[in-house]
Amino acid sequence: MHLSETVNIGFFFLAPWLVFFPVIGLLINMIFGHRFSETVIGIVASLASGAAFVVSVLLAWSVAAGGGEAMSVPFAQWIHIGALNLDWTFRVDSLSATMMLVVSGVGTLIHIYAIGYMHEDVRFKNDVGRFQRFFIFLNLFIAAMMILVSGDSYMMLFVGWEGVGLCSFLLIGFWYEMDTLGRSSWANSNAAKKAFIVNRVGDFGFLIAGFIMFYAFGSFQFDEVFKQVHNIAPATIVAITLFMLVGVAGKSAQLPLYVWLPDAMAGPTPVSALIHAATMVTAGVYLVTRSAPLYSAVPQAQNIVAMVGAVTALFAATIAAGQYDIKKVLAYSTISQLGFMVAAVGMGAYVAGMFHLITHAFFKALLFLSAGSVILGMERGHHHLAHAHGHDDHKTKQKFKKGKHAESKEEHHEEEHGEVFDPGDMRNMGGLRKTMPVTFWLYMIGTLALAGIFPFAGFWSKDEILLDAAKAYPVAYYLLAVAAFFTAFYMGRQIWMVFFGEARHAAAAHAEESPRVMTVPLMVLAALSVLGGALNLPGVHTLTNWLEHTVTLVEHEGQVASWLDVSWGGLNPYVALLSTVLALLAIYFSWLIYGRNPLKAGQIDPLKKPLGAIFTGMENKWYVDEIYQAIILTPYTKISYFLADVIDWKFWHDFVHETVIAGTYNWISNIALNDYADQKGIDAFANWLGTATQSFSATLRKVQNGFVRSYALSVLLGVVFIIGYLILK
Amino acid sequence: MISVPVNYYIILSAILFTIGVTGVLIRRNALIIFMSIELMLNASNLAIVAFSSAIKSFSGQIFVFFVIAVAAAEVAVGLALIVEIFKSKRSIDVDQMSSLKG
Repeated sequence: MHLSETVNIGFFFLAPWLVFFPVIGLLINMIFGHRFSETVIGIVASLASGAAFVVSVLLAWSVAAGGGEAMSVPFAQWIHIGALNLDWTFRVDSLSATMMLVVSGVGTLIHIYAIGYMHEDVRFKNDVGRFQRFFIFLNLFIAAMMILVSGDSYMMLFVGWEGVGLCSFLLIGFWYEMDTLGRSSWANSNAAKKAFIVNRVGDFGFLIAGFIMFYAFGSFQFDEVFKQVHNIAPATIVAITLFMLVGVAGKSAQLPLYVWLPDAMAGPTPVSALIHAATMVTAGVYLVTRSAPLYSAVPQAQNIVAMVGAVTALFAATIAAGQYDIKKVLAYSTISQLGFMVAAVGMGAYVAGMFHLITHAFFKALLFLSAGSVILGMERGHHHLAHAHGHDDHKTKQKFKKGKHAESKEEHHEEEHGEVFDPGDMRNMGGLRKTMPVTFWLYMIGTLALAGIFPFAGFWSKDEILLDAAKAYPVAYYLLAVAAFFTAFYMGRQIWMVFFGEARHAAAAHAEESPRVMTVPLMVLAALSVLGGALNLPGVHTLTNWLEHTVTLVEHEGQVASWLDVSWGGLNPYVALLSTVLALLAIYFSWLIYGRNPLKAGQIDPLKKPLGAIFTGMENKWYVDEIYQAIILTPYTKISYFLADVIDWKFWHDFVHETVIAGTYNWISNIALNDYADQKGIDAFANWLGTATQSFSATLRKVQNGFVRSYALSVLLGVVFIIGYLILK
Repeated sequence: MISVPVNYYIILSAILFTIGVTGVLIRRNALIIFMSIELMLNASNLAIVAFSSAIKSFSGQIFVFFVIAVAAAEVAVGLALIVEIFKSKRSIDVDQMSSLKG
């Protein structure tokens, strides 16, 4: 008894260090970074993130040792106004501990990888300041994400939510003055702005949900809110959950707000892996899981969440199959997989959703980082090429060289007219299996995990979602099953295009393997992608039992039974078999199309001929960006112009301010005040005062004639006068 | 011993004082003005001494000593001023010393 009590205390007091360690790391790099070498900056940042991971492990152990009880660690007072009591309190329970482990664990690996990656990035021209800034942002991200997952109220969660949004913005626009190929342009900063603004739409939803919640529940604190779910009208909860869904759609890139995520690939690849695949974008899934008692109370909202997720999963998967950029495929794949998670948590299968979140963090980080390795390999090949031919003065070769070492604006400018080599374009790749064997195998593992092939991690988690969907939401199940088919297909397509066949560009033929600092973290992630499924094997349900402590349901008539059915289900052989068959079939199709007859250089996509317009649609992302442009951006810009030019400038400024207000004022001043009151009144009086004093003085000064004798006479007369007065008195 | 009546002294004093005042007012030479001032001082001294002897009190006579001492000091200062003025103006005509007129 006594022992268990001491264990219960555990390491909970360490919770604030989740945030402190990354903050300390970023402060060290911020203050002393300019004196450090690249490696030292990277090591400081990685250690800060690693320390947060150690704290997460200790916290998770404490939760486990304490029997899964949630623990609140008060840290600081924040806002106390009237009925509003907001504190910065750390909530450590099985759910937040899981998120902490994923964020800091994957985060640390990506920090290490980034040391190698950033050094090799073409755009990085040995500018240690940039290197320093990058790791400061990464650590800031870890700190913000920790605030997000460890907050014990919706408002603390929102603080982290905004913090990670800021880091996302900063890191997407990291090379703000150039585009992804290093040419001078605003493309990257535009992508960053797009991400920020689209997320703002989502944050608007989150905030409205928060306001309604405070109005209805009188609190933002998770436990306080969940306690009262029964006493609140379902309509209010529906409103809260649906507005929250807007926030989820923004952050977790669901329809219709997903458009920022593909553009976010403008950021450095480690950022794409960490923020835009593994951690930040899953914040929406975490939010829904955290709000399980709210969502479970209103099946209508759950339906909508599930359908949004399922439709997004399929929609994004179709786009991914038509992309050529290696990172864009993964970006759409991320959207699709987030759709799986959102669908899962929407249908109440919170554990399945969280399970997929974890495994997805492993294999998608692996895929992104491997893609980064591929891109760098291509760049190295290209570099090699440029140097090999650097001696002859051939114009195009010269351009390649300039592409590498473009220093001045003029060179950038000149370069824009020529054809630029895109190391991320899969049409330039091919045959990388031979030149980059380590990356190839790592990529293979990630692909198999994502495609859901037994026994990789993705198989278990995706299968659990599909199983739950099959039981509860047939429509979602069909959508997700087709999406799973597409997933396997586009990943197969990518593998065949990138690693098999012949090199379609000289750079691919000369590609070189990445250094250890990059491949070792990938190997760790690959191991996790293989073994991650063991977290929640059917029949064992480690993760289910673990999360059960936190994700409890508010009892609601007719809900409990079906929910339990859905969520704690075992392995259904039919569903598992079907999804595996679908995945294998998809990979077989992709081999038929892309593997059997490898793409030749300059050849158009073989799918284009049979599918025609459909493939064009997939290639162009179903023109969603164009549709948004037409129905939102263009009218918005026009209205803005109208408001700025006509309403604000011409009406308010020119007419109301200049003509009506200023004109009337001037008129009154001129006529009434200037002419009469001022000039003829005050001014005249002041002038008269002046003249009068002047003439009076002119009279008086005559007395001062300078003749001593006349002064003496005045004295005499004065004396005579006084004495005469005294005598005659 | 025939004592001279005090009226005589007073009349003489008034005459001397009037001469002094007239001198100050009508003469332009600073030295003459200065002498006229001395005359006025001595006229008042004479009046004081006369009164003092008439009322049999020494205080008036002692007072006159002081007046004479102060007049001597005044002469010293005044003559020094006149010398300085003469040095800069090459004249001691008081009507020319009018640079402070309004």
